[in-house]
Amino acid sequence: METTQVEKYNFDVVRWFTIMAVVYLVVGTLVGVYVASELAWPVLNLDMAELSFGRLRPLHTNAVIFAFGGCTLMATAYYSVQRTCGVSLWSDKLAWFTFWGWNLIIVSAVITLPLGLTGGKEYAELEWPIDIAIAVVWLAYAGNFIMTVAKRKTSHIYVSNWFFMGMMVMITYLHVVNSLAIPVDMFHSYSVFSGVQDAMIQWWWGHNAVGFYLTAGFLGIMYYFVPKQANRPVFSYRLSVIHFWALMFGYVWLGAHHLQYTALPDWTGSLGAAVSLAMIIPSWGGAINGMMTLSGAWDKLRDDYILRFLIMSLAFYAMSTFEGPVMSAKTVNALSHYTDWTVGHVHSGALGWVAMVAAGALYHMTEKLWNTRMYSAKLVNLHFWLATIGAVVYITAMWVSGIMQGLMWRDYDEFGTLTYTFAESVAAMHPYYAMRAIGGMIYWLGGVVMLYNLVMTVRQAAGQRSASVATANA
Amino acid sequence: MADQIHSTKLQDKTERNVFLMLAMLLVLLSVGGLVEIVPLFTIDETMEHNQHPEIVWQRQAGQTLASWNAGDGVRPYTALELAGRDVYKREGCYTCHSQMIRPFRDEKERYGHYSLASETMYDHPFQWGSKRTGPDLARVGGKYSDDWHRRHMTAPRSVVPESVMPNYPWLQNASVSGAHITRVMNVMRMLGVPYTQDDIANAAESVKGKTELDAVVAYLQVLGTMVKFQDKDYRQ
Repeated sequence: METTQVEKYNFDVVRWFTIMAVVYLVVGTLVGVYVASELAWPVLNLDMAELSFGRLRPLHTNAVIFAFGGCTLMATAYYSVQRTCGVSLWSDKLAWFTFWGWNLIIVSAVITLPLGLTGGKEYAELEWPIDIAIAVVWLAYAGNFIMTVAKRKTSHIYVSNWFFMGMMVMITYLHVVNSLAIPVDMFHSYSVFSGVQDAMIQWWWGHNAVGFYLTAGFLGIMYYFVPKQANRPVFSYRLSVIHFWALMFGYVWLGAHHLQYTALPDWTGSLGAAVSLAMIIPSWGGAINGMMTLSGAWDKLRDDYILRFLIMSLAFYAMSTFEGPVMSAKTVNALSHYTDWTVGHVHSGALGWVAMVAAGALYHMTEKLWNTRMYSAKLVNLHFWLATIGAVVYITAMWVSGIMQGLMWRDYDEFGTLTYTFAESVAAMHPYYAMRAIGGMIYWLGGVVMLYNLVMTVRQAAGQRSASVATANA
Repeated sequence: MADQIHSTKLQDKTERNVFLMLAMLLVLLSVGGLVEIVPLFTIDETMEHNQHPEIVWQRQAGQTLASWNAGDGVRPYTALELAGRDVYKREGCYTCHSQMIRPFRDEKERYGHYSLASETMYDHPFQWGSKRTGPDLARVGGKYSDDWHRRHMTAPRSVVPESVMPNYPWLQNASVSGAHITRVMNVMRMLGVPYTQDDIANAAESVKGKTELDAVVAYLQVLGTMVKFQDKDYRQ
């Protein structure tokens, strides 16, 4: 891990975050495969509280979003801000604080969530002491990033940094407001809000976690790593300006689309739907900008497997950002809400876009951070195909089961009564639950391949360094 | 080359000054949330009981929670029900069950009257759910016997063979803490839930000897039973 010479930038903290990101990818998706399997084969709940679906599902979501996603965002932000600004991080101490702080938060999640210590709101389950820790570490991350940009050598701030900043600001807002709660003891608290207001605030958080953490942040990643890996400039500066501000302003309104036809007032749902549909434009602006960066260089995809991840992720991004707005429309939502289609949509974004652009970035960084090529290019390609196939199997299973559920629930027979009992719809889900678990397992295997490749690459780099030291000393 | 502006003057200025960019983001990012969230606290029509006061229990001085009957209107949860709700939250029941019926014909037939905002106004946090791996529970109260619920919670497949729900055998062995639920009710009152001093003083006694299974059943059996629906349009 030690370098023999002093680096211009602080890449040590980036190396540690990179490794942890891949570790959490494997851990988080493994928990996902387990909970998916519990739905297909309930015996796997093992009559144990700590392993039951309801307690493990939040562990899966927190692990993949905050542990994997978070470490990826921190690694890539620290890496790219230094390189785009031409300066080292504003504070090394603060960067290490965020590394240890974030990982401690993850450990506390692993302990508290299976114990049932939860606030009961999706993607915000962690109880109040951990919430405070998150706020502190997050502000340290954001502050360090912003101050690094402030002391940059370049006159202008590069586009990837705008996206990272947008994410940092919004997540701070969201986390603080949605987590407002009164504690009753060390690990139990109750939301300050209730009923319909709590619902709107929750989904303002819930959708913006996707929109800013998983989209804006990862678009920041895309804007640095795609041109870098492809060795081409970003397709259009003007497009990036327009779609950036449109995304920043528009995304915030989308939360209401999670509450169509509920007790949320009609006007709020309509607003959410309208802006959601409008968001196709700025989202596709980003997808186009990223993909067209390859204009004139598509042949690179033949041999550059890292680039395959980055470009495929943009295809999934375009697909998901079309599907999402479609599902926000009230008519479609009347069928899709509460079904597996929503789960399918989430995972097309998560597995197809987020994790694949992350993989591309993490592979790219690995080569730079350890000053070597990946141990095995073939394994990068294997991972790519496992990820793509796994994601497609998962999504397809959920499309079929989701639409099937929605149709079964609303089906009337020739006598004018409901055709199916709820239990009958559950029985119909089984083959798709199994298929989804298998798709997830294929995806997880890809992550295992990546972790192996990463470990071997680091070892290979250590070998190269000691060989060169030996040669120098000989 | 750096002096040529390729977009607008404002954009160029923003790209040169991180604190200006930060300020613009802070303002821009607040708008959507303010527009969608704040009016829910200020517009009367959001809560149906502002137009239809009979939705909420018109509690008289001296009345205990025990004197409430189904259909009297929305009231705070009793200590036992609240304890049951805590278990529901802890076990993550909301990850598979929704508590929000939509105004559709098929939902009316399967679950009952569509859910009103007023019905969950005391729910800190809300538990409307976002997924129906299992059925909606907004009006499950009174649909199944206590005994059915006990069997179902302990071993779902013993009453519903197709179910994928986990078994919850540990609930019948865990007891409800009177001290803890009293503290919880105090927090709820702090948050605006209209518990009286007596409600809270009697809480510990009312849950004495009760198991978590008793609590969950009590909670499930009250869901959706509070409002007596008349043939009118509660929502626009």
